[in-house]
Amino acid sequence: MKANVYVTLKAGVLDPQGETVKRSLHLMGNDDIEEVRIGKFIQIKMRNQGLEQARRQLEEISDQLLANPVIEDFRVELAEGE
Amino acid sequence: MKFGVVVFPGSNCDADCFYTAEKVLREEVEYIWHQNNHLPAVDALIIPGGFSYGDYLRCGAVARFSNIMPEIVKFAENGRLVLGICNGFQILTEAKLLPGALLRNDSLKFICADVYLKVENNNSPFTNAYQPGEIIKMPVAHGEGNYFCDPETLAGLKNEGRILFTYCGPEGESAAEYNPNGSLANIAGIVNKQGNVLGMMPHPERCAETILGGTDGLTLFNSICGWLRKADSK
Repeated sequence: MKANVYVTLKAGVLDPQGETVKRSLHLMGNDDIEEVRIGKFIQIKMRNQGLEQARRQLEEISDQLLANPVIEDFRVELAEGE
Repeated sequence: MKFGVVVFPGSNCDADCFYTAEKVLREEVEYIWHQNNHLPAVDALIIPGGFSYGDYLRCGAVARFSNIMPEIVKFAENGRLVLGICNGFQILTEAKLLPGALLRNDSLKFICADVYLKVENNNSPFTNAYQPGEIIKMPVAHGEGNYFCDPETLAGLKNEGRILFTYCGPEGESAAEYNPNGSLANIAGIVNKQGNVLGMMPHPERCAETILGGTDGLTLFNSICGWLRKADSK
């Protein structure tokens, strides 16, 4: 089964990379862009198992390693099969 | 007295720390490989700077799960001295031995420069040989040294005197222009609640001999040695 984990900086944590990209987008003429936040997208392939169990495991590994809860939030997306 | 220098794949200040302990302090010192499951008998641990595990995922995130880490955590919880420099500081926050996290520098640039620091608290195992409020100069070299924590944690750090070093100007001025990385409250180094674990971005081992351009870092190592000797004679 496959999973996608999205790791993003918490609201209130400054994202200088996002700010720089936003400035660049403004320079390109995209005045309507109000905010840019940059995060990580992690693709995971794992052995098939119950959805609930897989989700629990993915949330655990996201909390322990994939994201740092002090500064980041994460979201797990799970797809069975394939 | 014996120091231990922990070596991860990608550590690159380990030899400098080893050299400082052996040749400058003239104390015993041993390298400790990250795959070891136990610590040798040492009095203080140094987690050196570098790019452990290529800084993959987040600086220090992968090092936290290496074999030696549970031993380091135990060592720290027993009140023994642990000094994390640069990447070592990042590893200590990832391992939850120190609060907060180190974000990308606000300039997005890797900074390699000498900076001025103010000794905010000299009543610690790591700073007792400095004068109160002493202004010192140390090199920094990092891309992720922008200290961040939540407001409650920051209040705790301040109230408990756990901020040992802050970035400042040559006369001790505290201003944004002297903060090289955007660090919260100009924080350059903090200790844990018990005061036995220090994490700092500047490199004391790079200014521990006159030939290196200064000895302000040597004072930190002398503080550690003095403190250990005093603890030993009690």
